[in-house]
Amino acid sequence: MHIKSLAGVTLASLLTCTTALAAGISDDKVVIGMPSDFSGIYADLTGKGSAIAAQMAIDEFGGKVLGKPIELLTGDHHLKADVAVGITREWLDRKGLDAVVDIAASSAALAVTKLMTERGKITINNAAGTTRLTGKDCSALSFHWAYDTFALANGVAKAMTLEGNDTWFFITADYAFGYSMEADAKQVIEANGGKVIGSVRHPLSGSDFSSYLLQAQASGAKVIGAANAGSDLRNTIKQAKEFGITSSGQKLTGMIFFIDDARAIGVKEAAGLSVLVGYYWNRNDESRAFAKRFEEKANKKPNTIHAGVYSATLHYLRAIESAGTDDGQAVAEHMRKLKIDDFFAINGFIREDGRMVHDMFLVKIKPANEAESDWDVFEVVRTLPGNEAYRPLSESECALVKN
Amino acid sequence: MAELLGMPPQLFFGQLLLGLINGAFYAMLSLGLAIIFGMLQIVNFAHGATYMVGAFGAWMLMNYLGIGFWPALILTPLIVALLGVILERLVLKHLYDLDHLYGMLATFGLALIIEGLFRQAYGISGLPYEIPTQLQGGTNLGFMFLPNYRAFVVLMSIILCFGTWYLIERTKMGMYLRATTENRELVRAFGIKVPRLITATFALGVGLAAFAGVMAAPIYQVNPLMGNNLIIVIFAVVVIGGMGSILGATLAGYLVGLVEGLTKAYYPEASSTVVFILMIIVLIVRPSGLFGKEQ
Repeated sequence: MHIKSLAGVTLASLLTCTTALAAGISDDKVVIGMPSDFSGIYADLTGKGSAIAAQMAIDEFGGKVLGKPIELLTGDHHLKADVAVGITREWLDRKGLDAVVDIAASSAALAVTKLMTERGKITINNAAGTTRLTGKDCSALSFHWAYDTFALANGVAKAMTLEGNDTWFFITADYAFGYSMEADAKQVIEANGGKVIGSVRHPLSGSDFSSYLLQAQASGAKVIGAANAGSDLRNTIKQAKEFGITSSGQKLTGMIFFIDDARAIGVKEAAGLSVLVGYYWNRNDESRAFAKRFEEKANKKPNTIHAGVYSATLHYLRAIESAGTDDGQAVAEHMRKLKIDDFFAINGFIREDGRMVHDMFLVKIKPANEAESDWDVFEVVRTLPGNEAYRPLSESECALVKN
Repeated sequence: MAELLGMPPQLFFGQLLLGLINGAFYAMLSLGLAIIFGMLQIVNFAHGATYMVGAFGAWMLMNYLGIGFWPALILTPLIVALLGVILERLVLKHLYDLDHLYGMLATFGLALIIEGLFRQAYGISGLPYEIPTQLQGGTNLGFMFLPNYRAFVVLMSIILCFGTWYLIERTKMGMYLRATTENRELVRAFGIKVPRLITATFALGVGLAAFAGVMAAPIYQVNPLMGNNLIIVIFAVVVIGGMGSILGATLAGYLVGLVEGLTKAYYPEASSTVVFILMIIVLIVRPSGLFGKEQ
């Protein structure tokens, strides 16, 4: 197995050297891969929905670009970086893979991006949140599309601190994601005159958060910041309501929160919570039109990641058309040059570190009696211009950025 | 402010009470597991899955049939117990005379299948289930705000544990059950239908897990993985209490809840491991568990 894959790597790197010079479409088809989570904890946020979104973008092109067919491959990486890399390598060696989109889980995203870059192929990250993708681990061939942890922490923490909520207590998931979320938020809070007066770190995947909430309550902080995600965050929010913490005047905020989370908790329990999203289906006619088409296939409304996958795939295909080839280098250049034009990337453009900067939306969860439908959960409070939302280039750790 | 063991007394009592509430869930779950192990000698890895099915059962009754929390609290355990009967007749029956390992593997496989089916059908995000209106809100105890529903959980847990203990230790049916574990052949010789007794016991254990599932639905996520996250802790509780001991499982449930609660206050990072540390200490000092009989 090892010898086989090693031989594959050598062979493929020889091949890439020769194909890099050729124009046109390699293997007479454009192959887009999606190693993502189709069965684990992020399956609802990415998974099938992301595959449907990518296929919608492909269908928009009539299934062909420059006269050659476009193929979409999906594979379940079970949230494991090594599995994700294995799938991608096989696609590269046997299926003529040209680009990868989506990729749930930051660890898998970092590993796959590295492999793709080595092979001279394009990666567009959507589901993974880590800022390392456009920081230390940035590359000329990889892009980060829908959101990142800095934008989320920055958007929510800044808006709330400026509203006078200047003391914070963090309930943080005890692993890399939680730490970086808390650190990013802390920086923003302190820069805007606020103070973090305490924090507590809980093991991943707990079910009871009342102890931590009680400690947060005792701290007297004005805001409780939940630097956790998924079911941990949902249980934190639910239990804060149950233990009367949110009704006693303390505010609670989650950083990485999707429309699916609001639905899972129940709008009634989550009402009043403010979060930052890259896309909300019920914002304007264009976003609603996409949501309607998506819902016909997926049976649910799209979230930020799904809409981002659609936008990214569409832009990738347009870049191939404009470059006249599917060669990674050429397509990456055209992706940067070409104006991004769709309902998702509002005022969108790609920076030299690969970050697709676009407007984000600060939303509040509506009180249940104001919701017009099951999925009508957010109320857009404010648009956060892309330049304010994302980490400024001047603070970038990316080697491609000349400071 | 006066401090108690390094923290304000309010916080300290609050954490103790929260520990007790979590302990109530542990006790309810470990109870079923202890009964099944005690009577059937099966290490039931599907116990977490049954708990999950209980929570989903409540959700389904509510969403498909409009049946509320209170009827669901009775109906769901009955339905799930019935499914348990089918499972026992179809699968487990064949494993009693084999090594423990077979039962463990079979139930583990069943748990994976059941969880997989629910994951396929309902996704992974979880589903909302509301606290019944009669139990919404809470009481301010001075040192903390106690949600009425959580108080209800503790009360139900105590009633349930006592009821089960009474059933097994003080009734004729319980006597037969205990006799069966001691010497199956002899009980059979007296004309008692042992296989039926065993089926009923499994159904009881499964029903208890489903009951805990319904109780959990309003406060935790109704989620295909909710049992998976809990099952290992529950096993540790049973081991601490003494395999097969009902009193042990119950008391150990509360004990683990309390220890975990205090750990969450003093060193939260260790709160998911402290249970196992406790288990190892108990195993070193009393290998058969706190209330287990030496074998």
